[in-house]
Amino acid sequence: MKKNNTNNSNSVLEWIDYRLPIISLLKHSAVDYPTPKNLNYWWNFGSLAGFFLLVQIITGIMLSMHYTAHVDHAFSSIEHIMRNVNHGWLIRYVHMNGASFFFIVVYIHIFRGLYYGSYKAPRELLWWLGIIILLLMMATAFMGYVLPWGQMSFWGATVITNLFSAIPIIGEGVVQWLWGGYSVDNPTLSRFYTLHFLLPFLIVGVVVLHIVALHTHGSNNPLGIDRKGPQDSIPFHPYYTVKDFFGLGVALTIFFFVVFFAPDYLGHPDNYVPADPLKTPAHIVPEWYFLPFYAILRAIPDKLGGVIAMFSAIFVLFLLPWLDTSKVRSATFRPIYKLLFWVFLVDAIILGWIGSKPAEGSYILVGRIATSYYFIHFLIILPLLGYFEKTKPLPSSISKPVLAE
Amino acid sequence: MTTNKKNKNKTRRSFIHQASGAMGAVAVVSAGWPLVDQMNPSKDVEALSKVEIDLAEIAEGKSKTVMWRGKPLFIKHRTDAEIKEAQKVDVSNLPHPQKDEERVKNPKFLVLIGVCTHLGCVPASDKGEYRGWFCPCHGSHYDTSGRIRKGPAPTNLEIPPYEFTNENTILVG
Amino acid sequence: MKIILFTIIFTTLFIQALFSASDGLKPMKYNFSFDGILGSLDKNSAQRGLQVFTEVCAACHGLNHLAYRSLEDIGYNKSQINNIAKQFLIDDIPDENGEIKKRNAIYSDKFVNPYPNEEAAKVSNNGAYPPDLTLIVKARKDGANYLRSLLLGYEDAPEGVDVGEGYYNKYMPGNIIAMPQPLYGDDVEYQDGTVATLEQEVIDVVTFLTWTAMPELEKRKSSGIKVIIFLLIMTFFFFLSYKKIWKDVK
Repeated sequence: MKKNNTNNSNSVLEWIDYRLPIISLLKHSAVDYPTPKNLNYWWNFGSLAGFFLLVQIITGIMLSMHYTAHVDHAFSSIEHIMRNVNHGWLIRYVHMNGASFFFIVVYIHIFRGLYYGSYKAPRELLWWLGIIILLLMMATAFMGYVLPWGQMSFWGATVITNLFSAIPIIGEGVVQWLWGGYSVDNPTLSRFYTLHFLLPFLIVGVVVLHIVALHTHGSNNPLGIDRKGPQDSIPFHPYYTVKDFFGLGVALTIFFFVVFFAPDYLGHPDNYVPADPLKTPAHIVPEWYFLPFYAILRAIPDKLGGVIAMFSAIFVLFLLPWLDTSKVRSATFRPIYKLLFWVFLVDAIILGWIGSKPAEGSYILVGRIATSYYFIHFLIILPLLGYFEKTKPLPSSISKPVLAE
Repeated sequence: MTTNKKNKNKTRRSFIHQASGAMGAVAVVSAGWPLVDQMNPSKDVEALSKVEIDLAEIAEGKSKTVMWRGKPLFIKHRTDAEIKEAQKVDVSNLPHPQKDEERVKNPKFLVLIGVCTHLGCVPASDKGEYRGWFCPCHGSHYDTSGRIRKGPAPTNLEIPPYEFTNENTILVG
Repeated sequence: MKIILFTIIFTTLFIQALFSASDGLKPMKYNFSFDGILGSLDKNSAQRGLQVFTEVCAACHGLNHLAYRSLEDIGYNKSQINNIAKQFLIDDIPDENGEIKKRNAIYSDKFVNPYPNEEAAKVSNNGAYPPDLTLIVKARKDGANYLRSLLLGYEDAPEGVDVGEGYYNKYMPGNIIAMPQPLYGDDVEYQDGTVATLEQEVIDVVTFLTWTAMPELEKRKSSGIKVIIFLLIMTFFFFLSYKKIWKDVK
């Protein structure tokens, strides 16, 4: 291991650190922080998510300097950004596609957690904080999509806010409170803008807690076993910083390819039509990252039931650490779970595909089967699997399988 | 491994890291520029930084106020009397000595930025002791050439850059 | 490399689904000058497109978000632009009597709309609102191809189809369109001597409208190439650094 010699290098830094220990904090959590040495590329997606959060906040602040949150001007202020503001088109396309990439990266991060059992003791709260980030992201993304005030903005906002009218007795009141009126209109746009600006900073706060929780017991690893001693760890810097940079390079290349050559690919053409409260587009679809949940919403023929199912699809994740009864973390040593993980992933993709389809004919049936399986996976299969599954023998330490060779 | 080989390895290693670091720095800087540049005047603002003004519609003795870059422009179609009055002033006694000829391209038309050089108020036309402009804020008097004659303002009313595109049209900016 | 593969599969699978549901015939493919990674706008074609737009489309359709000054992008100079703008009248600021008079549009103005408001547009067009065309290419799936197909796709309605007050066009979702066929060929006389066939006019106007929707297109593609090449090299060096640092681990 590398010996550390930053301490004696700069007396100014020492002076500061003595009074405000930010340097030793940084050193503790980003330089010396002992990390399992066997992390694979799937562990890159945490820092990537942090990067995209940063990109969204920076580009968002830039856009806010030119955007007008008023129903009469919102749409044309976006066009003003695209046409008149210096590099405005680039900043807006980065923000627009950055949202999608943030979700791609976070979904991969979550599925990595599912595969390697990263939610199990003692990382339950780490997992919870992650789900809270996901919820905040969804709220932020949804409200951000309303801001350009195109047709999909308007009708998406109408449909999603109307979900709350399913709540018995107070539903109508809640929806009017959200709208600040009797339909989605200027007060709604204005408050969504405020909240869209505010929530990312809450996300940053929860991300800090997420990292504190992570560093308390350290990262999980592909083997899912605890570290037995210093031979299982390496310092975060330079090993994982350089690996994260490499991962970032790959991600940026893909990201900017989309930004420069297919910036509207992930969006919907209808959102380049200004909002018209008198004309609903033929097919209202949410942004792609909401599609699986949208499919679950529509799978239930009852209004309240659909809304409950949709929210349960996320809230069931909070219970996951206790629903999964297996003592073994990593799917590497759980042959049946490994198979079922892929089945679940395919199920989620099917839900996404169904969410983009009109709710008619065989799509409804497929949607219902996929929705049922989503919940069966968490509520029935995982609790039982822990008792019946024959797991493979775990290696005695992280270094062991390497040493044995 | 021989020492020689080791050293060679070391230089190659540091070259790679230096190259990586340099490219990372270039990436950060080039990403930073758009974020800074977006605050510069946008294209619509720049397009308005020049205005064309038709002088034919201003009757003799009248003035017209137009907006230019967020500030008022005074265009005064001066009468012969006003021109004479402006030209005969002995400039050596003025707080900001300038001949009338230096302040106009065509003596009939005086083009001024209508912002008092004292503290930025807008002076009123045809007012004050010199029948030019009078600033109500702190009592600066300007003459028919827009020169400061009395009051706290330090300099004459500013002349914007402009040119005659034809006999009756000027382009300001 | 698994990551790239996975990300690509993951996203495309998810996203392709978005674009499957649609009415109307799939638009015919055409190889426009601006297609592809290296595509750039054919400026002569865009200029001819402007002529078609002004002489035909502009009778009913607006270009709300476009300013005359932007025409510099497709190769006009300032006095040419002022000459184009001059043909249109725009509301001036209220005069000293509080009346709003008309003045000739100039360089910095936005394109003047044919109708003062949406209601006026509807009244003159049997209740159908001729949409603003600035963003039409982005506002339709596969916009350029769709527009070309639509403009070429007018036919007599098949037996048994009642088009009401509209017209039959198989590329229009629902197959009935309120707009009568706008171009037949020889609708304009091109200043550069190009023969104004129907196909030529359509391609020109689609090129022009692609530019109005995406004025950043050329800049975007040319800087995109540079950025991607840079990122590939940078990532390659990061990869070497990563391999070097990790060489002794394990």
